[in-house]
Amino acid sequence: MVHIRTVRLAALGISAALVMTACAESERGDDDGQSGGGQTGGTMTFATEGAPKLFDPFYATDGATFRTSQQIFEGLVEFKPGTADAEPGLAEKWESSEDGKTWTFNLRKGVKFHDGTDFNAEAVCFNFNRWYNQTGAGQSPAVTGYWQDNFGGFADGKTPSLYESCAATDESTVELKVTRSTSKLPDILGLPSWAMQSPEALQKYKADEVVAQGDSFVYPEYATEHPTGTGPFKFSKYDEANGTVELVRNEDYWGEPAKLDKLIFRAIPDETARKQALEAGDIDGYDLPGPADWEGLKSAGHQLLIRPAFNIFYLGIGQKNVAQLRDLKVRQAIAHAIDREALVKQQLPEGAEVAENFYPDTVTGWTDEVESYDYNPDKAKQLLTEAGAQNLTVNIYWPTEVTRPYMPSPRDLFGLIQGNLEAVGIKLTVVSKPWNGGYLEDVDSGKADLFLLGWNGDYNTPDNFVGNFFSDPNNRFGTGNSPWGATLSDEIKAADSEPDADKREQMYVELNKKLKSEYLPAVPISHSPPALVVTKDVSGLVASPLTDERFDTVSIASS
Amino acid sequence: MSTRTDKIDELSARAADDAGVSLAAAAWRRLRRNPVFLAGAGIIVLFVVLAAAAPWLAPHDPSVPMLGDQVVKARNQIPAVQDGHPLGGDQNGRDLLSRLLLGSQQTLLVGVFATLIGLGGGLLLGTLAGALGGWVDTVVMRAVDVMLSIPGLLLAVSIGALFAQPNQYTVILAVAIVQIPIFARLLRGTMLAQRHSDHVLAARSLGVKQRAIVFRHMLPNSLGPVIVQATLVLAIAIIEAAALSFLGLGNPDDRIPEWGQMLGQAQTVIDSHPQLAFWPAGCIIVVALGFTLVGESLREALDPKSRR
Amino acid sequence: MLRYTIRRLLQLLVVVLVLSLLLFAWLRSLPGGPVSALLGERATAETRERLTEELGLNEPIFVQYLKFVGRALTGDFGVSTGVQPGDSAAEIFVQRFPATLELSILAIVIALAVGIPLGYLAARRRGGILDNLSVVSSLIGVAVPVFFLAFLLKQVFAVDLGWFPTAGRQAGGIDATRVTGFFVLDGLLTQEWDAAWDALRHLILPAIALASIPFSVVFRITRASVLDVVDEDYVRTAESKGLTSPVIRRRHVMRNAMLPVVTTIGLQTGALLAGAVLTEKVFAFPGIGQALALGFERRDYPVLLLLILCAAGVFVLINLLVDLSYAVIDPRIRTRGVR
Repeated sequence: MVHIRTVRLAALGISAALVMTACAESERGDDDGQSGGGQTGGTMTFATEGAPKLFDPFYATDGATFRTSQQIFEGLVEFKPGTADAEPGLAEKWESSEDGKTWTFNLRKGVKFHDGTDFNAEAVCFNFNRWYNQTGAGQSPAVTGYWQDNFGGFADGKTPSLYESCAATDESTVELKVTRSTSKLPDILGLPSWAMQSPEALQKYKADEVVAQGDSFVYPEYATEHPTGTGPFKFSKYDEANGTVELVRNEDYWGEPAKLDKLIFRAIPDETARKQALEAGDIDGYDLPGPADWEGLKSAGHQLLIRPAFNIFYLGIGQKNVAQLRDLKVRQAIAHAIDREALVKQQLPEGAEVAENFYPDTVTGWTDEVESYDYNPDKAKQLLTEAGAQNLTVNIYWPTEVTRPYMPSPRDLFGLIQGNLEAVGIKLTVVSKPWNGGYLEDVDSGKADLFLLGWNGDYNTPDNFVGNFFSDPNNRFGTGNSPWGATLSDEIKAADSEPDADKREQMYVELNKKLKSEYLPAVPISHSPPALVVTKDVSGLVASPLTDERFDTVSIASS
Repeated sequence: MSTRTDKIDELSARAADDAGVSLAAAAWRRLRRNPVFLAGAGIIVLFVVLAAAAPWLAPHDPSVPMLGDQVVKARNQIPAVQDGHPLGGDQNGRDLLSRLLLGSQQTLLVGVFATLIGLGGGLLLGTLAGALGGWVDTVVMRAVDVMLSIPGLLLAVSIGALFAQPNQYTVILAVAIVQIPIFARLLRGTMLAQRHSDHVLAARSLGVKQRAIVFRHMLPNSLGPVIVQATLVLAIAIIEAAALSFLGLGNPDDRIPEWGQMLGQAQTVIDSHPQLAFWPAGCIIVVALGFTLVGESLREALDPKSRR
Repeated sequence: MLRYTIRRLLQLLVVVLVLSLLLFAWLRSLPGGPVSALLGERATAETRERLTEELGLNEPIFVQYLKFVGRALTGDFGVSTGVQPGDSAAEIFVQRFPATLELSILAIVIALAVGIPLGYLAARRRGGILDNLSVVSSLIGVAVPVFFLAFLLKQVFAVDLGWFPTAGRQAGGIDATRVTGFFVLDGLLTQEWDAAWDALRHLILPAIALASIPFSVVFRITRASVLDVVDEDYVRTAESKGLTSPVIRRRHVMRNAMLPVVTTIGLQTGALLAGAVLTEKVFAFPGIGQALALGFERRDYPVLLLLILCAAGVFVLINLLVDLSYAVIDPRIRTRGVR
């Protein structure tokens, strides 16, 4: 755990020894390789789009941090590999009270953090209280955005919080109290942010000392150099100058130890550069190959692992500025105008599907009994005429300088949608802005009449999708401008708070039907699966719909 | 700063050396026999003719994805060479030949407008500074020095990135602004050199007004080096516009084709569909080469040293 | 000399200050920026507003600028929001500058090693096949976009032939000790030969692509100045004295022809930096250029501000050094230099 920058010229003296160990290590790796796949040992290098911002998942919002932290840390709840379904993690089992406000977790015994301290009920409550008691910069939406999304406010009570208290009833039993029943529990506890961290390390390296500095935030030593969890890999070093994070096997892991000796995440921002690095054998796999490369990578003998689509791409309709868009018929005309089948076939990767609901069919409450709005330009024109909106003129926003898993090539997707809409006589004022350079800002502040956007799911509840989109009537769709906007918010809240699972599912089914037939605040277009790719030597990697791949089961046969 | 500016000043000094018709005539005599110049001029003429005739030459509308149904992103499939489409289609099913032909128009526009704006801005600043002198000169030239202190392409990229809503005009502007200080420096240099030259002193002693001296005598005599620089800038502008596109700062709307943008977009599929990159790249290289050849041979022809 | 140097340094300071104000005002007046970068698509109008206030982005631009200058004086230039989120901009510069310097130096070395001999040979056989061929190829070199050349080199020599790595500065598995930040030098200092060799292999292709910028200029300047010098009286005198060709070449022609070449290298630093933005992007080489390209792409304003300022500063500084060294080498310049 020596940090790179602290190593100085003193290393010169022992460099000979270093070279020798390095040789010995690489020879060992080769020997292991000859006995076939599935064995332990070796190093795997996996290329990612970005380098992690920090290593404390509680303060993180970026995928690169979560990918690393998920190897180092574990939560009470985990997601079953390859699915978005919750399964026991550090808690062996749990149950909730009748009213859904008290949750009892029975913890796994004999688990130790990487620093040798025990994982127990007190450690769990220490973590919950750490999250709840953030102050100052720790309350900024940029720092603890996930907490505020999932649990609301903090101990100071300025904003209501879902969290009430945590009590260690014995060494391995935790009683968690929440202020109201919610569909999000226990699934949210599987999110990377709610992973268990070593209380001793948190205190020793001053984990809570995040400060706002200038235009951004500076994170404490814990988050940059000393992440300490219970997971199958331990943090080894982060070579910032080279953009590589190195993890090593945790030999004292409570479960089956990781197969790899070393796991390296390497940041290669450019998609083409990642592909070429794989082709040249510089890396063993990479994240997010472009859909156009899938075929080529497979025929070159690599393994393409397709994640089940857990996202939604939609055409948003903003009702704030153009009164005609508050007319359901106009919105229905827009839905009928778009040829979603052709869009999915031409522009999206293998396995992509036309979306009928605002979330994929693996989530509770999905139903095929929704109004579908098939591609029908004549019907669209007729609806526009009926609504007296033949001369409908609206602006349409599309983002530049970005690709998202649900939106691999915004320019091309926009091109098709633009053609569809103009074909039924809608006049478009096109606005394209850089994703971080005004696009999100304009869309969030309601300047866009029509816009391209989507969402990557975090966990398997409907609220993660529809709750995020529509529960605040003052949202980017401007649903509050229509009389039903407030009703929709109430319906979402009611469904989320229903403790009975069956009743809850029925409520979501009804909600989904109404969302399509009566409200139609946006047109759901597609679910599109992202992928990752590894060489043929890699085995044991399971693609996760949540981008939550675990590398402890991965082994590599060196060629 | 001064080393870079020296180079510009050196060029401007040439105009003042021995101005007038004799120089131009002598230069033309040498150029007529220079194969490098002729080759470059040939390329430019061909390019301009193509750009002008493109709407009639292009077999299809370059913005319509007429072969769109042959595009399957999931299998990296684009329309192949087929009847009526001698070069096949692009990533969105548009006719590649038509896009290349009409792309010449946009590329020419980018080059010409970037040069004109650069020249116009430089003319304004340079004339102000050179003709008026004094504190105007000091202020203008300090501003010019600040701009010259950022490397050219980097400045263009910075400007390109800073527009809230990039489009084809922001690309032109980004490339053009970079040229303003260069032209300004160049023009001021030639004017300063002429302020004490015989023909200007003669005009002044005859009572000719300052403005008339500037426009009738000083400016025409600065033309030589300006033309040289402008030719070179045309080549630079085309290449820099392509670089902007490559960095994702070009015109996001690709319905009207432009070579730099086509090349920038083709980078991700260069191994599977190299033709999408090679055609526009080839066009850019040839045209840029044409302007460079002409510019360099003009520079040489105007250089008094080479007349020995 | 000293007064001249001091004056030029003061001038540099003014340039940097004015630039920082202009850049700052422009960057701040743009939409998006830190708030969008930090919140992404989770943002709501409400969290946006809160964060804008927390970061003080709602204050007048002039107040923000003064605060920025105040912080900058203590070495704090803000924190990256997109390139390496969470790292300070200054740290990013310090980490990445050696990478770009290493790359640029190798590129210049390549350009000189090829350009000077070729320029000399072309000039000595003026009008010959070699001359014409190399003149035309140097002009073509100017016309080929650097990023396209970089792409071709990478596709052929790294992907297809596999002679060189495709991306980065160092392969993942190598256990290298970092001392200076210059990876090749580090490897040599710590005698980790495999690390040094690996770092060098990573440098070669991007350096060749980058070298195409100074190469054509170095070649043409060398050729032109050799042509000038061989016409000078002292060379004619030397020839008439019966000195043999290699001696003339060494003593008279090359020494005098080198002056313009030195100047040219200085002039090329700006172009090199701009070229590095393109080359480093193609080769995913973690230097200043890649940080700039990523900064533009992800709208990382603190990083952009610092890096552009530093680029301008370095550019101006190198030009100053060239001017000074020029004055030292050639006494005739001194009077001209002190304008």
